[in-house]
Amino acid sequence: MSQFVLRRLLIAVPSLLAISLVLFIVLALAPGDPFSELATNPNVPPEVQAALRAKFGLDDPIYLRYLHWLNAMLHGDWGFSFVSRMNVDTLILQRLPTTLYVIGSAQILALLIAIPVGVYAATKPYSLFDQVANTLAFVGFSLPTFFTGILFILIFSVTLDWLPFVYTTDIKGTGIHWLLEVIRQAIMPVAVLGLFQAASMTRFVRSAMLDVIRLDYVTTARAKGIGQRRVIIKHVMRNAMIPVVTLIALQIPAVFGGAIVTEQIFRIPGIGSLLISSILSNDTPVVMAVTFVFACLVVLFNLIADVLYGWLDPRISLR
Amino acid sequence: MLDKELRSMIGDVKDGRMDRRAFIQRLAAVGLTAPLANQILALGGVAMAQSPNPYPPAKRGGGGPLKLLWWQGPTLLNPHFATGTKDQDGSRLFYEPLASWDADGNLNPILAAEIPSIANGGLAADAKSVTWKIKPGVKWHDGKPLTADDFVFTWQYASDAATAAVSISTYGEITVEKVSDLSIRILFKTPTPFWANAFVGAYGCVLPKHVFADYKGSKSREAPNNLSPVGTGPYKFVEFKPGDLIRGELNPDYHMPNRPYFDTIEMKGGGDAVSAARAVIQTGEFDFAWNMQVEDDVLLRLEKGGKGKTVYAVGGDIEFIAINFTDPNTEVDGERSSMKTKHPILSDPNVRKALALLVDRESVKKAIYGRAGRTTANYLNGPEKFVSKNTSWEFSVEKASKMLDDAGWKAGTDGIREKDGKKLKLLYQTSTNGPRQKTQAIVKQACQKAGIDVELKSVVASVFFSSDVANPDTFPKFYADIEMFQIPMTQPDPALHMRRYISANVAAKENKWQGQNFPRYVNGEYDAAIAAAETETDPVKRAALYIKCNDLLWQDTVFIPVMHRLLVDACSNTVRPALSGWANRTDNIQDWYREA
Repeated sequence: MSQFVLRRLLIAVPSLLAISLVLFIVLALAPGDPFSELATNPNVPPEVQAALRAKFGLDDPIYLRYLHWLNAMLHGDWGFSFVSRMNVDTLILQRLPTTLYVIGSAQILALLIAIPVGVYAATKPYSLFDQVANTLAFVGFSLPTFFTGILFILIFSVTLDWLPFVYTTDIKGTGIHWLLEVIRQAIMPVAVLGLFQAASMTRFVRSAMLDVIRLDYVTTARAKGIGQRRVIIKHVMRNAMIPVVTLIALQIPAVFGGAIVTEQIFRIPGIGSLLISSILSNDTPVVMAVTFVFACLVVLFNLIADVLYGWLDPRISLR
Repeated sequence: MLDKELRSMIGDVKDGRMDRRAFIQRLAAVGLTAPLANQILALGGVAMAQSPNPYPPAKRGGGGPLKLLWWQGPTLLNPHFATGTKDQDGSRLFYEPLASWDADGNLNPILAAEIPSIANGGLAADAKSVTWKIKPGVKWHDGKPLTADDFVFTWQYASDAATAAVSISTYGEITVEKVSDLSIRILFKTPTPFWANAFVGAYGCVLPKHVFADYKGSKSREAPNNLSPVGTGPYKFVEFKPGDLIRGELNPDYHMPNRPYFDTIEMKGGGDAVSAARAVIQTGEFDFAWNMQVEDDVLLRLEKGGKGKTVYAVGGDIEFIAINFTDPNTEVDGERSSMKTKHPILSDPNVRKALALLVDRESVKKAIYGRAGRTTANYLNGPEKFVSKNTSWEFSVEKASKMLDDAGWKAGTDGIREKDGKKLKLLYQTSTNGPRQKTQAIVKQACQKAGIDVELKSVVASVFFSSDVANPDTFPKFYADIEMFQIPMTQPDPALHMRRYISANVAAKENKWQGQNFPRYVNGEYDAAIAAAETETDPVKRAALYIKCNDLLWQDTVFIPVMHRLLVDACSNTVRPALSGWANRTDNIQDWYREA
């Protein structure tokens, strides 16, 4: 097992290198200039712009810049933001907790909805409950988050005035009041992200359950006189969850991607909104670092999925 | 004649026979702007009015929190590295200049004990130096006293090319010397009529020497205080998360009485303009949101029964269509729009004039800019004393058609005019932006009626406004026939705004297209007028020279002004911000308060 993990980690190194190379080249070739705002400002002479470019090494050839970046990265230096003039890792670390909190809560909400609904729908296929759940699931994953986000804002903030739609990182107050505020402001973004995730997950849980529920060993279990509850939970679900767990693990990076839009709408200071603002201001080192973090997450969660797979299903041996 | 009259008027103000306001209005009537009028008074020996912002609160603090929403959040807090206005706005909460511009273009003293004038000995008669007195008893947030050394240091810091400060052009050409602990003298190389540039406004913020002394020059980017400012401002720094949040708290030792009003201040960043407007006007979650680049229709709808409203400030920002005087389609020595070519169609002044007749500014205002725009014939729209009264504009397809007919541009079989085998076809580019693309459509429609074929093109803003030498779609390269965008006027003086278009500034391959004269306009008379204005110490003659420059741009149709744009912000119904079209939003933040 540990040998397997080690081998996979070693394989991950060249793939991450390749990813970083591609990212770097694409970013270097992309149009745009981090100092473009200076161009229309008559107070700033062109020489300052040229000096800044030289200072940040923007005039070097691409391969040199890549090697510099790689070398710095290996030494734990994530680079230096042109726009904020601070280290990129500080910027990312500042924003990571918020993203993890929102995405984590959304994912938990999605699981809390998807598993019971999916399982129940599968036990009674084509019943009224199943039909309704299916319809809602289709609606859920057809509506993009930027649409539901704005819809929620219009309903719950503007019309009903129940929830704030601007997310603040440091809420004043202590104890229970603070906790309530933190939860209150996260309701909308978590609901938007969570419901979107739940919709597709419900469909997946349902079909995974249906696949297993027809198998002979389930019939055997039933014939042995085991109650419906126990059959579903102990016999069917355990097996049906194997593909579901893989799916969830593999979906995590996609969730990060989906969170970018939600973060922008609700002004959540997470790494998604950092990515967007950095792209808009052509802050290449930050864009590079954030996309690289996403790449690492994809590789990492792939690995986790593989390991979990073996743990859930002993028939698969990891060598 | 005007000169003589002016001198007697200055005498009247000095003796109290005429009040300042009347004087400014009289000057406005002859086309001089308020800030210039005030500088004229200062040169004439009348002290500038002091702190004109009304401020009723009678005690410091007690105003609760002030919540600001900037949809592009500040990313750094060193005013001398502040690339965009967002960063200047954020830095200005903590750092202060000697003086800032108020809504009328008056200098409002902040760290200065008084505004320099000839009468108080601050201004030299030869306009080659200015002496500022610093307010005594001002303390930095860490308790150290503010002295002349801090100003001298700030000058050294910003003028050092290795620092790569964005304010280098403000400080590079001057010398700052310490006169006494509380007085500095700024020396200019040549007579400088516009002396209120260094240590005034956004780039005027002074840095504490004891904090930044070790981080001058190439080490500037390592200064930990680039992200945690120590200033003299009304609010003390608490917390900063780049792009997301700035928090500050009331400075109990602030040097102005009863100020500030608010106990804490926070500036939240991110999101987009429409939802920012919503958070202020509709839900009241925030008190003030910056830069509402939103269509007026949307704002009007939000304002119905809302908790806030839009507020406007008049500056000199101009949205215009620029004309290319060179040929964008012929390549000479690897360069298109080269100075060695002439535009095949637009070098005909009649075509340029006809184009100006085809821009329906009234419709653009009605359909797009609404309350945030004013129609104008001028490129230079402020301050008032520099605004030409000699120009006019109109919209008339018939006149344009006739003008083109008379000039020999006859309609061909396809309805498009041509002359000597050249079709009247134009490529019209702008940055991708809703209002701009709608304006393009309005102009195109009128042009079609007059037999001009217009092809529209829009370029993503991050490319259009970049200085990327390799990209053909930037505005300085100007590989199109006409292009439209906005140039902001960052200070109430036209010197920088107008000197862009002298022939030495033409954007070309040899200067990597960094020359600011992108229409590639060449006119000896214009160059001479700018050169004369830059050393003219008589404010009236100087204003007349800039008005002449504006009129030259108008006569030669270098620009077709589309809209004089106002600054638009959203503000809660109870907050009273002190805004100026000549300053950053937060430049007079100490005077903000909330009406009960």
